[in-house]
Amino acid sequence: MSILGRLTPEALQHGPLAAIGLVNVAIAGAVAALVVVGLLSYFHLWSRLVGGAKWLWSEWLTSLDPKKIGVMYIVLATLMLLRGVADAGMIRAQQVLSVGSSHGVIPVDTFQQVFSAHGTIMIFFVAMGLMFGLINLIVPLQIGARDVAFPFMNSASFWLYAAGMALINLSLVVGEFAATGWLAYPPLSELAYSPGVGVDYWIWSIQIAGIGSLLSGINFLVTILKMRAPGMTLMKMPMFVWSVLNSMVLVAFAFPILTATLAMLALDRALGMHFFTSSFGGNPMMYINLIWAWGHPEVYILILPAFGVFSEVVATFSQKRLFGYKSMVWALGAITFLSFTVWLHHFFTMGAGANVNAFFGIMTAVIAVPTGVKVFNWLFTMYRGRVHFNTPMMWFLGFVMTFTIGGMTGVLMSIPAIDFQVHNTLFLVAHFHNMIIGGVVFGYFAGITYWFPKIFGFKLNERLGRYAFWCWVIGFCLAFIPLYILGLMGAARRLDHYDASMGWQGLFIVAGVGVMVIALGIGFQILQMIVSVRARKQNLDTTGDPWNGRTLEWSTVSPAPFYNFAITPGVHGRDPFWAMKQSGHVRSEAPKYQDIQLPKNSAMGIFIAAFAFAFGFSLIWHIWWLAVVALLGIISCLILRLTNDDTEYTLTAAELARLESKNSRKGIRS
Amino acid sequence: MSELKTNLPASRDESKTVFGFWVYLMTDCVLFASLFATFAVLRGNTFGGPSGADLFSLPFVLGETLLLLTSSFTMGLAVLATQRGLKTQVLAWLAVTVFLGAAFLTMELTEFTNLVREGNSWVRSGFLSSFFTLVGTHGLHIATGLLWIGVMAAQVYRRGLGHATLRRLTLLSMFWHFLDLIWIFIFTIVYLMGAVQG
Amino acid sequence: MSRDYHSKTASVTAATYRAYIVGFFLSVDCTLVAYALVVAHLNTGHQWPSDQVLLPIIIFLALAQFAVQLVYFLHLGHETSPRWKLLVFGFTTLIVAILVFGSLWIMNNLNYHQPPGGTDSYIIKDEGIHK
Repeated sequence: MSILGRLTPEALQHGPLAAIGLVNVAIAGAVAALVVVGLLSYFHLWSRLVGGAKWLWSEWLTSLDPKKIGVMYIVLATLMLLRGVADAGMIRAQQVLSVGSSHGVIPVDTFQQVFSAHGTIMIFFVAMGLMFGLINLIVPLQIGARDVAFPFMNSASFWLYAAGMALINLSLVVGEFAATGWLAYPPLSELAYSPGVGVDYWIWSIQIAGIGSLLSGINFLVTILKMRAPGMTLMKMPMFVWSVLNSMVLVAFAFPILTATLAMLALDRALGMHFFTSSFGGNPMMYINLIWAWGHPEVYILILPAFGVFSEVVATFSQKRLFGYKSMVWALGAITFLSFTVWLHHFFTMGAGANVNAFFGIMTAVIAVPTGVKVFNWLFTMYRGRVHFNTPMMWFLGFVMTFTIGGMTGVLMSIPAIDFQVHNTLFLVAHFHNMIIGGVVFGYFAGITYWFPKIFGFKLNERLGRYAFWCWVIGFCLAFIPLYILGLMGAARRLDHYDASMGWQGLFIVAGVGVMVIALGIGFQILQMIVSVRARKQNLDTTGDPWNGRTLEWSTVSPAPFYNFAITPGVHGRDPFWAMKQSGHVRSEAPKYQDIQLPKNSAMGIFIAAFAFAFGFSLIWHIWWLAVVALLGIISCLILRLTNDDTEYTLTAAELARLESKNSRKGIRS
Repeated sequence: MSELKTNLPASRDESKTVFGFWVYLMTDCVLFASLFATFAVLRGNTFGGPSGADLFSLPFVLGETLLLLTSSFTMGLAVLATQRGLKTQVLAWLAVTVFLGAAFLTMELTEFTNLVREGNSWVRSGFLSSFFTLVGTHGLHIATGLLWIGVMAAQVYRRGLGHATLRRLTLLSMFWHFLDLIWIFIFTIVYLMGAVQG
Repeated sequence: MSRDYHSKTASVTAATYRAYIVGFFLSVDCTLVAYALVVAHLNTGHQWPSDQVLLPIIIFLALAQFAVQLVYFLHLGHETSPRWKLLVFGFTTLIVAILVFGSLWIMNNLNYHQPPGGTDSYIIKDEGIHK
């Protein structure tokens, strides 16, 4: 056994790279490195580079401030969005061009890796990243807390997410990715049919990221239940916090199923076990059963915080309190519970009998009801409100239109007999993209636009935001309505080639145009960021409350200070900040500050994730000695951190007073 | 002796950590439930090979069970000693717990080794894969617990019984008791029911 | 100093010698009774106690021991309101039940309708389908 397991130079040779030759690539790389070093030296930029790196390390990477961690999540998720959309573009291009005698632009095996990577990246690294990013940014502020329950674990969660991301990106260069679809069903994903490293990359990148998610689930669950400001009972919490609470319950109870199932698949592949193999007593359907027992709650994990964002956005931009608070809370709870009772609808066609299919079909239809309740409540909130059509509100309206249609196709498919016709066709693909783009993505874009001023202190450019929105909505319709039609015409999913006689190419061309329009939308979003940053001095949020908001986060300055609240607020009802504004909130005496404890920065999260990355890498390539070293590294780091009693520092009352007065001298109310 | 200062009163800080750890234990329950469900589905898939009834020695398993149960009891005694500030007693009971836990683990490893030697390893059938994984995962948790006890004992020895140490020992005891809870189900479902249903 | 955190933590752990001793002996009893019944069943050639009686009993004993250890070792139910630990535990049992029994129901159903054996399956015999 080689010291590098099964890692050989062949792993670096992919298609065009093989043609160019590894040696040539190495030479080109060395020359590029020399050029960079030369330029840096010539322009005396080394000290700036080092200074910048130090700043990045101490201000951002090792910070345990959930606002910083939230920003980092969103940055990484956005980068992965670019990769995911590039994958989508490749899929569309292939399906436009690979007709009849032509076989398109990508070889079959590559195409299969592209759609597998597309799904995996979008779910685990884009959607989960944007979600945890927003949660980190806003939940502590909304409940009047200074931090999360377990700040170090929060950092570790983020870095584990980054480690998983590093693995899936590495698979582009070293080795290959899974060619099994984003859920890697066995027996295809077993050794017999996928002997390469692709499935292993898939397993370990999401296993590591998944553990990060699970830890965050626990963290935010405890944070919300135990760290609310005095007076904020559960029924006085903002709806975003309620939605996050429910989502975290789902994370905590569903992710362990994923962990166990991935582990069993890994054991099958690494140790020759027979959980899901096609003989020796394995049962591949058990994998499908378990993976969807996780998979269905996962989609609700993604959507519930987006619903929460909309609850905040609609109320704020209608200048009206959210309609039907109690029914919203009950609807969230019902969705959470029911999401554990529907999972078989993902495999209606795979051999269960009528009574089993009927039960899960009925439960699936039922779960649409509380969702409908929520949509009506948002609309009733707008009714007779003074609606301002800012970009976040536009995203909401786009959501209502698209998500409702997608939801209805979901109810359609909840009838097993109908599902038999459309399962695994493009109809299904259109449905879930409808839900995820129309619901999850639009929701998180709305949240980012809405809360951006609170985190960065200035507003995003409205006009470019609107252009981006229209591109996304129009692009979405162009990209996916043809897919509904194609699905009904019998087009299966994941096709890399089809006969010209099918008559599908026209619709695929429309869909291809749709992706380009979405890409234009993303272009506008990038432009919006650049333009907004450049114009930030003109768009400063001087009051901390740019939208006339209702909840506690708007009561701080913008950007929110690293300690959130100098004095923990007392809460007396829902929409506490709105109440404070109405009552003319005047502090009669000088505020009495007290010393507060805050967590010190820590690099341990980075080290643990680095070892986790090495662990995953070593298991993929069968470099057993490295696996042992990495595991020992993780354990050592954990022991070092968990036996350390000196993890906090004191921010004195005097220092707090100084920081607060600095904020008020800037003309900002605190 | 270091005192952890936070702006929460000490009991609230502790209850946050204890509750958080409790939630983690609940997620571990779901993990084990997935493995139990898989075991239940694959229990009959012996692929012509031996079943539980053919392989398991009930007296041996009873011995393991009583060892683990006693260690759960002695862990409780260690916690009580911590609350009473009796450092030497704490170390003594932790040592007994480690001894009993290590004995349990040794017995389990012996059982596994014998099975492998006989040719009944995890590659033999779906049943055996799920058996080794379910029981082995529990064993890995025990091993982690033993390591944790070692680290705690070192902490108690060097730093004495402080606020943080009591909190950490509380978490450790919760973990250890939880592992015995899972074992109840392994004992019943894997071994007892396995022996009965053949 | 070593005595003062006792009162602060009492509400969290509610641990006493009595709890652990009672819990320990009750658990040992459950274990030994279940064991003895199974051994008797095997020794009498699967006759006494019969399968139908034995399995519910040992499951009951397992659940009883589970409850004993939850209360006496893990002190579940000793929290003051809000009883988050109890609530989270309740939800966990619900999810575990859905996962385990749901999986068993589904997998059984799948095995019945698509048995690994193939065409000469009992479904054809059961439903009287003749070639």
